[in-house]
Amino acid sequence: MNRLDVKKTYKLYIGGKFPRSESGRYLPAKSPAGEHLDNFAHASRKDFRDAVVAARAAVDGWGKATAYNRGQILYRAAEMLQNRAGELVAEIARSTGAGAAKAKREVTLAIDRLVHFAGWTDKYQQVFGSVNPVATSHFDFTTPEPTGVVVVLAPDEPSLLALVSLAAPVILSGNTAIIVASEKFPLPAATFAEILATSDLPGGVVNILTGKRAELVSHIAGHMDVNAIVDGTGDAGLSAKLQAGTAINLKRYTKRPLAAADWFTGKVEDPYWILDTVEMKTAWHPIGV
Amino acid sequence: MKATALIKTGATTPSIRASRFTLPSSVDQIMAEERAASFTRRSIKTSAKLAGLKMVVSMMDLTTLEGKDTPGKIAYLCRKALQPADPKYKVPPCAAVCVYPNMVKYARKFLGENSPVHVASVATGFPSGQFPLPTRLNEVCRAVADGADEIDMVINRCAFLAGDHAKMFDEIAAIKEACGPAHLKVILETGELVTYDNVRLASEIAMQAGADFIKTSTGKVSPAATMPVTLVMLEAIRDHFFATGIRIGMKPAGGIRNSKQALHYLVMVKETLGDDWLTPDLFRFGASTLLNDVLMQIAKTVDGNYQGADYFSLP
Amino acid sequence: MKTKLKPVKLSAKRAVVASAQAVVPLNNRRLTFGNKWDYAPAPEESKNYLIPPRHELFINGKFVAPHSGKHFDTINPATEDKLTEIALGDETDVDHAVKAARRAYEKVWSKMPGRERGKYLYRIARIIQEKSRELAVLESMDGGKPIKETRDVDLPIVAAHFFYHAGWADKLPYAFPGRNPRPLGVVGQIIPWNFPLLMAAWKIAPALACGNTVVIKPSKTTSLTLVRLAQIFQEAELPEGVVNVVTGVGETGTAIVKHPDVNKIAFTGSTEIGKQLAQMIVGTDKRITLELGGKAANIVFDDAPIDQAIEGIVAGIYFNMGHVCCAGSRLLVQENIFPQVVRKLRDRIQTLRIGNPLDKNTDIGAINNKPQLEKIRELVQSGADEGAEVVQTSCTLPARGYWYPPTFLTGVTASHRVAQEEIFGPVLSVMTFRTPEEAVERANNTPYGLSAGVWTDKGSKIFKIVNKLRAGVVWANTYNKFDPTSPFGGYKESGFGREGGIQGLAAYCRLD
Repeated sequence: MNRLDVKKTYKLYIGGKFPRSESGRYLPAKSPAGEHLDNFAHASRKDFRDAVVAARAAVDGWGKATAYNRGQILYRAAEMLQNRAGELVAEIARSTGAGAAKAKREVTLAIDRLVHFAGWTDKYQQVFGSVNPVATSHFDFTTPEPTGVVVVLAPDEPSLLALVSLAAPVILSGNTAIIVASEKFPLPAATFAEILATSDLPGGVVNILTGKRAELVSHIAGHMDVNAIVDGTGDAGLSAKLQAGTAINLKRYTKRPLAAADWFTGKVEDPYWILDTVEMKTAWHPIGV
Repeated sequence: MKATALIKTGATTPSIRASRFTLPSSVDQIMAEERAASFTRRSIKTSAKLAGLKMVVSMMDLTTLEGKDTPGKIAYLCRKALQPADPKYKVPPCAAVCVYPNMVKYARKFLGENSPVHVASVATGFPSGQFPLPTRLNEVCRAVADGADEIDMVINRCAFLAGDHAKMFDEIAAIKEACGPAHLKVILETGELVTYDNVRLASEIAMQAGADFIKTSTGKVSPAATMPVTLVMLEAIRDHFFATGIRIGMKPAGGIRNSKQALHYLVMVKETLGDDWLTPDLFRFGASTLLNDVLMQIAKTVDGNYQGADYFSLP
Repeated sequence: MKTKLKPVKLSAKRAVVASAQAVVPLNNRRLTFGNKWDYAPAPEESKNYLIPPRHELFINGKFVAPHSGKHFDTINPATEDKLTEIALGDETDVDHAVKAARRAYEKVWSKMPGRERGKYLYRIARIIQEKSRELAVLESMDGGKPIKETRDVDLPIVAAHFFYHAGWADKLPYAFPGRNPRPLGVVGQIIPWNFPLLMAAWKIAPALACGNTVVIKPSKTTSLTLVRLAQIFQEAELPEGVVNVVTGVGETGTAIVKHPDVNKIAFTGSTEIGKQLAQMIVGTDKRITLELGGKAANIVFDDAPIDQAIEGIVAGIYFNMGHVCCAGSRLLVQENIFPQVVRKLRDRIQTLRIGNPLDKNTDIGAINNKPQLEKIRELVQSGADEGAEVVQTSCTLPARGYWYPPTFLTGVTASHRVAQEEIFGPVLSVMTFRTPEEAVERANNTPYGLSAGVWTDKGSKIFKIVNKLRAGVVWANTYNKFDPTSPFGGYKESGFGREGGIQGLAAYCRLD
């Protein structure tokens, strides 16, 4: 008698937990040949709302963690991803139809990218901050601080690598994030959520939603408790709607419409991306007895 | 003495900032927290652990402060305080039971007149203190009349935080007078004072006004006792001793849940104030669930195996 | 409301409580730090970490016997027992090591992309974290340091240094805008006995991150943990020759400094030796950084949070038995709070526990070596001879081993030897000042300039004093804080060059 496989249910990642969509909806993931792979959760605007609440609750703690600690956690995520690389390679290959070599290249780059950004957590302040030589007897310094809750939209492909490349520079400074995953190939992102959940990352720091971007975009743009949007969709129509968010409550909006191949290059390892989601705080204090 | 008479006489108010020419003591938060943390790295083992744990029991004010307390509950509490564990472990009785004013007479009845376990009563509108002074003083008089040996009062945080230190001082002095022979513990409610500078200043006011003990918290507000807050209060007691020659006691209450934490507090007392303060007359723990954890640790140290809750009676 | 008060019988305990509140006369007010509730011994488990009887040199990725075939003993300064034998490296061994480092540099390390170099350093950091306890125990046994410090301070910072610098390996252009930073080649590094593993991390991590290869020599009394670190390099699969460890004595170090194929020297140790090394490289193209001695002033103003300032004073001079180049060895206390501060200091040092470094409750361990112990004794005696008052804790010192109790001298003035010479022991010289200007003047009145401390609640005063102190590291309302992101190094005869942070990378790069 043949042994029956136990099938996996792919769920959302919110507040450190894995809930189904509150709407009860799901979508089928299909291979390029049209074969049914697995079902995954179809996030609703209420799931997005809950994710923002979770992200906001996590901002204080994550911002107070030392830069060293945040770096250690990102490095741990790299360790976890390396350890489960085979699984991610298989996930990417069956979802996108990519050959094993290409899928492996994507996973390897994602690991190295996490390592690269882990190393920025305790350095970008030294590169982008300053002590300012003001003309009065004051000690005056400028230091970058995380902006708060950031919504990150990943492009359709590469589904794992682009997500990692967009999320890392956002969270390394102390922001928390809600990531809207690739619409066409969501399974690698859902699996990556498990890797984050086992990397000592506090719940709520990263939240991952799968489903249909167009449904969520107006709620993202209009949400009054979101501080910034990093838009990697590469879709002009969606981008226009997201950018309108700035007009509503001054959300910081950044567009990163890279072509799929660009995500595989070194130009994505750019510390200036960190500046998209930090605020510069300047403080003065008199010098004198 | 009638409560109203006490208000009229009141106590005179010396300048809280002792002299116009000295600065109030300030506390550096980071260094104070580092020093407090250093005590938690002491390793207390074997004979020192057993002696320490027994000392913790002898310093405990076993507490019940709930709306649903009844004479039946007080009976459990008193019996547990008198004989916390099986006699084979040779555990001393607790220092006191701590109850609401209405329960004092039941505690006195169950303990008798000459008990090694004192009866401590909270009073003065515990826990908020937001009540008129006459009723607060009346509570104290009645509790003492019912047999309380000790009164745990709460300071007027409204007065303190609004800057009326003189009022806070006067009230403590009046309450001390109402205590008569009972000794007075003054609860600062450090969780509401928040900063260490506030805790230090409130400690100094309370000691100058006549406190016999200063106490961290009511246990009804979080955070309750913490190591750094207790350290700041111990340092205030130290300076007060050198300035006046009077030894004031200290009681952390609430938030001390296990033996390890309790031993860290003893280390902190020993290394801040020295041997003289390692006595129930000058140091108490305000706790309830802590007792059984300490007893289980004593049993483990004596018997050699980890214990289960089923073998230790509930207060 | 009428209250009928029954006379309350005073229970037996009342009388005792009443006496606790009796007023103690002024001249009797003291704290007793005695034997009530003595702490039992709490030894760190060390049986699990067996020390092999002999250690060799680590050259080109392998452990090899020294050219001379000679080894020397290393002891545990707390017991004077022999721990193991260490290889005595000579000129020939140094030459082999430099050649191995050069080969590794040309063929492997300089060709490797920064990201890959970084990953080796990350691996090393992780293994150090894993072996933290073992390394802490060995460091305590070989050097005399309390396990509480090696475990809680030394080892975590060692791992942190490798972590921080791992991240720079592929990011160097951002540290030096407008430049293309390149490695120097082979660097020779000589480290002291007071923080063996920590100094190794401070030297090796930035050197490797910037693409250099290393020949490093530990102090002869504390070689054990660096040899163990070499095993960690093997476990991390660090390419052969990237780091070479040549143990030995003074001449071994000299051979490294004089070797013609070493591009840069980094030295931490005494000012006296530092000057000798500077002389040795005259006329060569070698670069050098020196981290030397100090005689730091710890300045306490009357508006300081006093109890916390006492903690800072104690941390400043008694941490690591005062074997710290940046120790706050001169206490400059504002004259109007002098009696208070001395009284609190006297009480505070009574709670410092001296004894077996492997006991988790020990605060003060052994003096690292006999010559240092003799120097400490000699200088304290000079202080007494010159009229200062010596205050020490009343503790019994173990019979064997090198021990010195926590000490401070009062009545010290600038002209006393104990105010000028670096004692490098648990000895504090206490002096007074009246105004901020005087404090700064006296603090700067020394050929040294490594560090200083300032204690005051007033923010503007902190910044003003920080500006005026001629010291490379100034701690305000804290002391002896170290972080890989924070550059450390001295002014004047305390040396030059910085370690840590962006500024610390400069020493290991070519920026032209």
